[in-house]
Amino acid sequence: MSLQVDGLRVRYRTLRGDVHALDGVTFEVADGEIMGLVGESGCGKTTLAKSLIRLDGRMQYVDGVVELDGVKLPIDDQHAMNRFRFTQISFVPQYAMSALNPIRKIGKMIAELLESRGFDYKSIQPELERRLDLVGLPRDVLRRYPIELSGGMKQRTVVVVSTLLDPSLLVADEATSALDVSNQKAVAETLVEFRDRRFVRSVIVVTHDISLGYQIADTIMVMYAGKQAEKAPAEVIVNSPRHPYTQALMSSLPEVGVRYEDRRLAGIPGSPPPLLNPPSGCRFRDRCPLAFDQCAEEPPFVEIATGHSVACWKAA
Amino acid sequence: MGRYFGRKSIVYALTCIVAVTINWLVPRFMPGDPVLQMLISRGPDTNPEQTAVIMDYYNRLFGFDVPLWQQYLNYWGALFKGDLGVSVWLFPTPVADVVLRALPYTLGLLLPAILLSWFLGNKVGAMAARRKWLDNSVLPVGYVLTATPYMWLAILLAWSLGIVAGIFPTAGGYGFDLQPAVSWEFASSLAMHWFLPFLSLFLVAFGGWAIGMRNLVIYELESDYANYLAALGAPPRLIRRYAFRNAILPQVTGLALQLGVLVGGSILTEVVFAYPGLGNLVFQALLHRDFFLLQGVVLFIVIGVLVANFVIDVVYVLVDPRTRAGMQGVSA
Repeated sequence: MSLQVDGLRVRYRTLRGDVHALDGVTFEVADGEIMGLVGESGCGKTTLAKSLIRLDGRMQYVDGVVELDGVKLPIDDQHAMNRFRFTQISFVPQYAMSALNPIRKIGKMIAELLESRGFDYKSIQPELERRLDLVGLPRDVLRRYPIELSGGMKQRTVVVVSTLLDPSLLVADEATSALDVSNQKAVAETLVEFRDRRFVRSVIVVTHDISLGYQIADTIMVMYAGKQAEKAPAEVIVNSPRHPYTQALMSSLPEVGVRYEDRRLAGIPGSPPPLLNPPSGCRFRDRCPLAFDQCAEEPPFVEIATGHSVACWKAA
Repeated sequence: MGRYFGRKSIVYALTCIVAVTINWLVPRFMPGDPVLQMLISRGPDTNPEQTAVIMDYYNRLFGFDVPLWQQYLNYWGALFKGDLGVSVWLFPTPVADVVLRALPYTLGLLLPAILLSWFLGNKVGAMAARRKWLDNSVLPVGYVLTATPYMWLAILLAWSLGIVAGIFPTAGGYGFDLQPAVSWEFASSLAMHWFLPFLSLFLVAFGGWAIGMRNLVIYELESDYANYLAALGAPPRLIRRYAFRNAILPQVTGLALQLGVLVGGSILTEVVFAYPGLGNLVFQALLHRDFFLLQGVVLFIVIGVLVANFVIDVVYVLVDPRTRAGMQGVSA
């Protein structure tokens, strides 16, 4: 069991009150699993990714437990968390274009980062160079400044740097969103390959792009308005989703071979509820075609088949 | 790299030629004949014939008898020989001697004021960016200081520390009862007279640098590379070091831009404290219609600012690798 999250709640403190961005999330990521985390903007997927690695100043941990390899992570203690970052749990940001210090040569920056964490750069350098070869980067990127690299090269460099110490868990937050499709593919394949070579044991891929999640993830977790809607193997989510939200999401995707001249692509009417004062019960019920009286109570997130959990009264 | 500096040198040489030319043009296109003015100031014209002879003599002495283009070439020729003409105010001392005598005072005032205010302002600003109590004290003080006109602060300092408290003298480069000599007495008098003009220049510039650096460091600490390093558990020391190094770059550019302002400020400050530097010379030259002296002082100031800008250009290349990478051409 690699990662276990139990009842995690995180809020954003704002002047108008607390935004319940993450409201009791419980899931597991198995050893060797790549989990895709999908959902629309504001559903809490990035908040979840950030909570696992580093809460920013506005985020407030409420309760819940995060365990990695059986060790409880002190996610609300910035200082104590430093010990786990990079070595046990690492992070690939969305902003790879600007993630590297512009006035340091990449090799020097890596050396300074490693040495500041108490590692010896010289002994890690051969492995670093092997991994650069693996992702198709010339070794002399280490002697270059970030400005001399293209966007795709920077993103691959960041993936190599983040996974250099073989962490148990890698959180990739929209790691491919800023890239064109060919670079998206290269980065996605790099993530899978690094898992296969056990440079990282498990990966959480946060993305709003379900097709990308489907291509590289073993399982997909769908989030809606700060809660989990459904988690299942990628095949199941795409082909036989049970939650009405997942179903609506899938029917919003264009299909190959279908012409949308006559029939408009179906979207989901309405918009997600505000998280400043979230409504009780199922949060999707205002937009749900199947909603009925029981939806005023909150549906539990239950396993309906092996590895397939849904939070919906109709699905259970 | 060589090409870059070659290009820069040409730009600076052109700027210098244009500045020197303007410097030559301005007095010549000012209304009024300087020789005639000089003669009129000596009294009523009683003998026109004699006046014509005298005018002819002075025109030849100052080289006004040849066509303008010839005067211009002569001016350059004299310049290369180090001849800036003769001061009218301190006749017959050559302008070059007057300027060189004043130059050490201005350099002694400006260099420490510029460098120390820049260095300390950046340090204090960076510290203020991450300490609440420092931020709450440095920021308002910095705003007040940087918004203060140079001469006003100079007058305040002269009044409070000089006249009321009586700690520092308020005029001159050294005691009026002393002659320049290598002695403790003279050195301490020099230092006491130096302190107030230095302090007023230093304080105004210091406030500006501190505010600028505080804002830049806060911005850098929230930048993506800082967040990425924090996510990888890098200690705050490393992140702060990177932020400082990145934030200092605009401050280097700012220094180049501020040089002219600081020199202008030093002119006013020197006038307030009757400090025997270039600023005071400008003032005296204007008072005495001494155009040769004015021309000479302005020439020195222009050359000084250009040299300082060139030095900053060189330093910028050393501290920002992106300018170097741009020179070599990016390899994909």
